[in-house]
Amino acid sequence: MSAVFFYISAAIAIASTAMVIFNRNAVHALLYLIVSLLAVAVIFYQYGAPFAAALEVIVYAGAIMVLMIFVIMMLNQGDAAVEQEKEWLRPRGWVGPALLSAVLLAQLVLLLFSGPEETARAAHYVGPKEVGMALFSHYILAVELASMLLLAGLVGAFHLARQKSPEGSENLEKQNAG
Amino acid sequence: MPVESLPGLHAGLLLAAALFCLGLAGLLVRRNIIFMLMCVEICTNAAALAFIVAGAHWGSADGQAMFVFVITLAAAEVAIALALVLQFYRRRHTVDIDQLNGLRG
Amino acid sequence: MQETFASSVTWMAAWIPLLPLLGFLILISVPLFSRRELPESATAIVGVGSVGFAALLTMFLVFALFRNDPSAVLQVSLWQWLDVSGLQLGFDFHLDWLTMVMLLVITGVGFLIHLYSAGYMRGDDGYRRYFAYLNLFVCAMLVLVLADNLVLLYLGWEGVGLCSYLLIGFWYRDPANGAAARKAFIVTRIGDTAMAIGLFLLFSQFATLNVSGINAAAGSAAAGDFTITLAALLLLGGAVGKSAQLPLQTWLPDAMAGPTPVSALIHAATMVTAGVYLIARLHPLFAASTTAMSAVAIVGALTLLLAGCSALVQSDIKRVLAYSTISQIGYMFLALGVGAWSGAIFHLMTHAFFKALLFLSAGSVILSLHHEQNIFAMGGLRKKIPFTFLCFAIGCACLAALPLTSGFYSKDQILLRAWEFHHGVNGIWLAGLLGALVTGIYSFRLLFLVFFGREGSASAHCEDANNRVMTLPLLMLAALALMGGLMAPPLQSVFGQAAAGHPPAWVEGIAIAMPIIGLAIAWRLFLQKRRPADQPSALHRFWFGGWGFDWLYDQLLVKPFLFLAQINRNDIVDSFYKGTAYASRQLNGLLSITQNGQVRWYMATLVCGSILFLALLVAL
Repeated sequence: MSAVFFYISAAIAIASTAMVIFNRNAVHALLYLIVSLLAVAVIFYQYGAPFAAALEVIVYAGAIMVLMIFVIMMLNQGDAAVEQEKEWLRPRGWVGPALLSAVLLAQLVLLLFSGPEETARAAHYVGPKEVGMALFSHYILAVELASMLLLAGLVGAFHLARQKSPEGSENLEKQNAG
Repeated sequence: MPVESLPGLHAGLLLAAALFCLGLAGLLVRRNIIFMLMCVEICTNAAALAFIVAGAHWGSADGQAMFVFVITLAAAEVAIALALVLQFYRRRHTVDIDQLNGLRG
Repeated sequence: MQETFASSVTWMAAWIPLLPLLGFLILISVPLFSRRELPESATAIVGVGSVGFAALLTMFLVFALFRNDPSAVLQVSLWQWLDVSGLQLGFDFHLDWLTMVMLLVITGVGFLIHLYSAGYMRGDDGYRRYFAYLNLFVCAMLVLVLADNLVLLYLGWEGVGLCSYLLIGFWYRDPANGAAARKAFIVTRIGDTAMAIGLFLLFSQFATLNVSGINAAAGSAAAGDFTITLAALLLLGGAVGKSAQLPLQTWLPDAMAGPTPVSALIHAATMVTAGVYLIARLHPLFAASTTAMSAVAIVGALTLLLAGCSALVQSDIKRVLAYSTISQIGYMFLALGVGAWSGAIFHLMTHAFFKALLFLSAGSVILSLHHEQNIFAMGGLRKKIPFTFLCFAIGCACLAALPLTSGFYSKDQILLRAWEFHHGVNGIWLAGLLGALVTGIYSFRLLFLVFFGREGSASAHCEDANNRVMTLPLLMLAALALMGGLMAPPLQSVFGQAAAGHPPAWVEGIAIAMPIIGLAIAWRLFLQKRRPADQPSALHRFWFGGWGFDWLYDQLLVKPFLFLAQINRNDIVDSFYKGTAYASRQLNGLLSITQNGQVRWYMATLVCGSILFLALLVAL
């Protein structure tokens, strides 16, 4: 019975991902992506990983995707972008990538099912407490490194996206001179 | 927590593989940088799903711990990537990735 | 006392080839020490003096050691040259009467020619270079005749070949001289290669390359041994090349491009006799194989007639003498082929005298007429340059072997032996007789056309070019040419006593008569009617071109070679390397296309790579 929920969530995830990659409007695609992420979060919960599900929703869907939406809106391309996408996405262009991805999928499936037959074990429930304990005992070094990575990302993003505004510095100089 | 009668390892990994390949196909086709970044996120998410499934299968917290790191990575990467996209857009006024071919040999 | 004498004699023998070598080294290294050119007198003193002293040493050796003892042998070991897996060679000299004859000819006639050159080459830019090369030549030739083993002989052999090349092409600014020098070198090279193969064969058969060792082994070998015949024939090939016999005789007429004293020394008296010397030195080897002996005799006889006929129709004075040299050496080969070893060497000696005399006199004529060499432009010079005429006449008489000249004695010996060897009338003897007739005709034709009759176009401007330095050698050579018949060297110890034969009187008579008949024919044809035919007949042209050998070799060897070289113009071997570079560049171009800077393209290749990798995993 509960397997049905899994299949439904899986179907939603796949369908919305497909909608992401076929879409012409960036914002629509992002929204579909958020749906996909939410479906995956549900699957996480079904696999007995509520903490991961929560993180998925809060950080991935909530923060990262929102960040992307902000940037798209900052670019402010509008309908011209949609037209451009229509032009770029011709059906003929899909043949190669579809082929490659299909072959890769086939290989992965083959690999998955070529191992020795596993007895279907039940999924275990792993709670947040366990995850916390693992993170801060076994993986403490990685956590520190991750935080440094985030710092680097922060500083880097700030610097890389900076816009040198000529008006601002001129005004400052005028102010200082005067 | 309805965990006893879930399909198990294979189904989850299969889903992860399918999502990854979908993301890959999108990555190869789309020319807009923003869309490519989205497809990268799809791939990353599929990998994170695989981690969680494996962690659940073996009943250890390692899977979820890895998931945390994956998310951290994804966040940092998206931040920097979008900053770069902004710079690129300011200079070239286009988001076509085929214009970014200065490193040809 | 005895020991010091012996050691001093050894020392003297070693200095004989060393003196000309020192002369060469001194002359060639002059530019290292001074910017200015040496004065001609200094060069002449060094160049002529070195050979002169060598001649003195030789004569002293003859008087001290050999005069009273016909079987004397002097062995001089200088140093160990090679000691390599079974082959041991020393720098050893072997002196017996055969060597002494050759040494006397080389140093004696060589000295006279050097002296003559000091006057002849006066004013030439390359005066010093000339004497340096000439000295080097004398040194190499001396090493050749002194050598105790065949490898040292080969060293001298190659040395004289080199010097011949250098001296033929002496006036190198004219490309024709360079071509003649190259022709000489290449043709003799063919002979040298045959000789080298012969040496290899001899070594593999007898495990030694010492002359005495080979002679002893050949003497005791079974009759009809194939290896001996083969080795002898190969050595004959080498001799044929160096001595300009059939079929390698084409280089000698062209070698007349060099200065006339060079033609006298190298291409008349010494280098071209090296082949004769080789066969004489290895006579047991040749005597052991009747095939080889017949081959030698036939080669000699054919060359004799062929060259004689060609000499009949030449118009350049030096070319007549060149063909005459080829013909006379044919006589020597004929002698060797019938076992007249002493006769061949005796003829070698007398030939050196009168041929050098002829060449040097011709040089005087050429200089007197300001470098005119066409005999049909000469004539009536008998009154204008009487001394030269006298010398030339003596030379021609000896060449034709008129009675009582030295040429007569040596040629007579050969013809008698040819008669005896085959017991009666035979082809070789007839060839010799016919050759004597032809020799008589062409030698007196030359004399009459140049010195008698009406004056030619160049004769009007004749100025006697002789000076004291040139007249002295001519005088001495004339004396030697006349008296040489009395100086038969005692070679019985080297060659064994020849059986005394008693041919019938008419054989002797006909041998004496031939040259006189030749003189008479030449008198009739060339003294009384001397215009050359306006339209030379086909036979005339054929003989003029040396019986078509040049044309034959051109068709057979030169043209195919040029054709192949033309095909291989873009070097085939090179194209292998160029092809590698080309393929490399093409591959680079191909691979550069994959670096197009497109991110999606890179991603696609990434996916392909991972597919391949996973395929490997699936397969395994």
